Amino acid sequence: MKTPLDVLRRGDTDVASGTMQRAPATRTPPARRPRRRLPNPLRGRWGVLVAATVLGLLVLGALGADGLRPAADLRSDLDQVLLPPSWDHPLGTDAAGRDLLTLILHAMRVSFTVAALAALLAVLLGGAIGIVAGVVGGAVDAVIMRVVDFLMSQNHLLFSLLIAVLAFPVAGGAGAVMLAVGLTHWTSMARILRSEVLTLRERPFFHAAIGVGAGRVHLVRRHLLPHLAPSAALGFVLLAPHAIFHEAALSFLGLGLPPDNPSLGTLVAAGQQALLKGGWWLVLFPGLVIVIASMCVGALGDWWRARSQPRWRSELEL
Amino acid sequence: MTRHRNHGLGRLVARRLLVLPVVLVAVAAMTYLLVAVSPFDPMSAYEAGSAGLSAQAKDEIRAAWGMDAPTYLQFLHWLGNVLQGDLGHSRLLGGQPVLPQLGARLAPTAILVGTALALTLVGGLLAGVAAAAFRDSWVDRAIRGLSYVSVAAPSFWTGLLLLWVFSSWLGWFPAGGSANLRARDVGLVDPRYLVLPAIALAATQFAWFAMFVRNQLLEVMREDYVVFAQAQGIGRWPVLLRHALPNALLPFLTLAGVHLAEIVGGTILVETVFSWPGLGQLAVEAARAVDLPLLVGITLLGSVTVVLGNLLADVCYRVADPRIRESTA
Repeated sequence: MKTPLDVLRRGDTDVASGTMQRAPATRTPPARRPRRRLPNPLRGRWGVLVAATVLGLLVLGALGADGLRPAADLRSDLDQVLLPPSWDHPLGTDAAGRDLLTLILHAMRVSFTVAALAALLAVLLGGAIGIVAGVVGGAVDAVIMRVVDFLMSQNHLLFSLLIAVLAFPVAGGAGAVMLAVGLTHWTSMARILRSEVLTLRERPFFHAAIGVGAGRVHLVRRHLLPHLAPSAALGFVLLAPHAIFHEAALSFLGLGLPPDNPSLGTLVAAGQQALLKGGWWLVLFPGLVIVIASMCVGALGDWWRARSQPRWRSELEL
Repeated sequence: MTRHRNHGLGRLVARRLLVLPVVLVAVAAMTYLLVAVSPFDPMSAYEAGSAGLSAQAKDEIRAAWGMDAPTYLQFLHWLGNVLQGDLGHSRLLGGQPVLPQLGARLAPTAILVGTALALTLVGGLLAGVAAAAFRDSWVDRAIRGLSYVSVAAPSFWTGLLLLWVFSSWLGWFPAGGSANLRARDVGLVDPRYLVLPAIALAATQFAWFAMFVRNQLLEVMREDYVVFAQAQGIGRWPVLLRHALPNALLPFLTLAGVHLAEIVGGTILVETVFSWPGLGQLAVEAARAVDLPLLVGITLLGSVTVVLGNLLADVCYRVADPRIRESTA
């Protein structure tokens, strides 16, 4: 039987050298920053299909949460507190006697929405900054790229925490998470789009447009943006797992989505208290959804990247 | 010979150390900017504690705090204080100055980060060598599968599952905290308390190292000198460990520098799960209590640590690899 891992045998190529000539005797020193890539068991045709199917089911479940398990059923029932998984409650019940499956379906909707919007914010912000750096150039470019270098060497969670705290009073939990993720994760997108702008600027059509007197705004809108859109879309998918993780982490810490509108991270945090009373399902299942969702999105992103932007492998450290 | 070994290294360290204050100022400026553009108002935070101030009293307090000065002057004032080690006072900790408090919480976090880093490096090395040695066998597949899952799993979730299995269920390890609360004089930390948090923290990063070692090894195993060693009839393990591994390991140190940032940031989640009395937990408490001086202090400390860690990794890398050393000397 073919398992997802079998796919690796063919697809795995010791990543870079699989098709390369043998390296010459005097090898140039390796790049200063090693690649950050993991071989992905969900790759190859079947792996991607599995990832897409699972992700599709999760998204469908999140969208159809109201139809499948209406939120109205979420009444606390003190006769049904902390029940392990059973036929009536496939994933058990929580400390207030609410059905965990219902909670998870609704939390998925919250988590996925917030993560998608956060990733979108990061892409838009990174895109805008990267295009400005590439188009304006000079000192502006230099300063922006130094900031990018610095932020990329740092851990995002530290700054997310600060941003979430500052944004919480005005933006609310969901808004704070979006801002925290967006303001920390724009850097790789800015770096990529800037380098693409620099390449595009040397293309003949760009020179021709300048030659016929196109202004800067027109150049960006008609001659840069259409070329950058595919990369931005891919960047969105590649950022999504990070957004899912950060949303979960901030909500887990109590700085994101509140308990009355729980996300998956909030559910894990709530399960923490039940864990010592034996309520393992309250931690296991919401976390498992986070893991599965980010693995599937990551697999799809990897697949798309390998097809459309093979060069990104070495450039991109999202 | 020994003189030659370190040629240029001193200059590199000096240059990077010179940049350090610039980086520090830049981080401080960025954090300050964040706070400045946010709607956070120290006055309303203060007012919450003392109701019913007249408008005039408020203005006087603002003036006394220097809040009527232009923003850039306020920033310079604050920056001057920060550079002198005055990070302000923490409301959460009863109005104590922030810096000594950070110092008091540093040791537990340093121990946790150090242990997790060691676990990551050793575990990654062993797993990577095993995966490369038994390439495409079930060992390799298990390690790769585990790597992929462990990277996708958030550390707080892994930590809670570890608690459930090893503490709640099997009872092998205590559920949280660190022993130094009870036994203040007897060493710093009871190792039994350290095991689970360190594993949870290392689990998020070890996969990168394992897969890195594996891929590097498989790449190096194709080199002529390795093929020649094999042709000489040297055994499989000596070839792998003595001929291939040293060359495969070179960028390992840089990778450690890169992932130090993740481990430092990861303490926020792991310390919260395990009630580990370090800076990560303090950061979360400060965040929940909107205690900005404390939170900003921890953020600054964290990013300076990461910058220093990267510098250290760079230096080690150059000591270990003569090619890099010569190209930059």
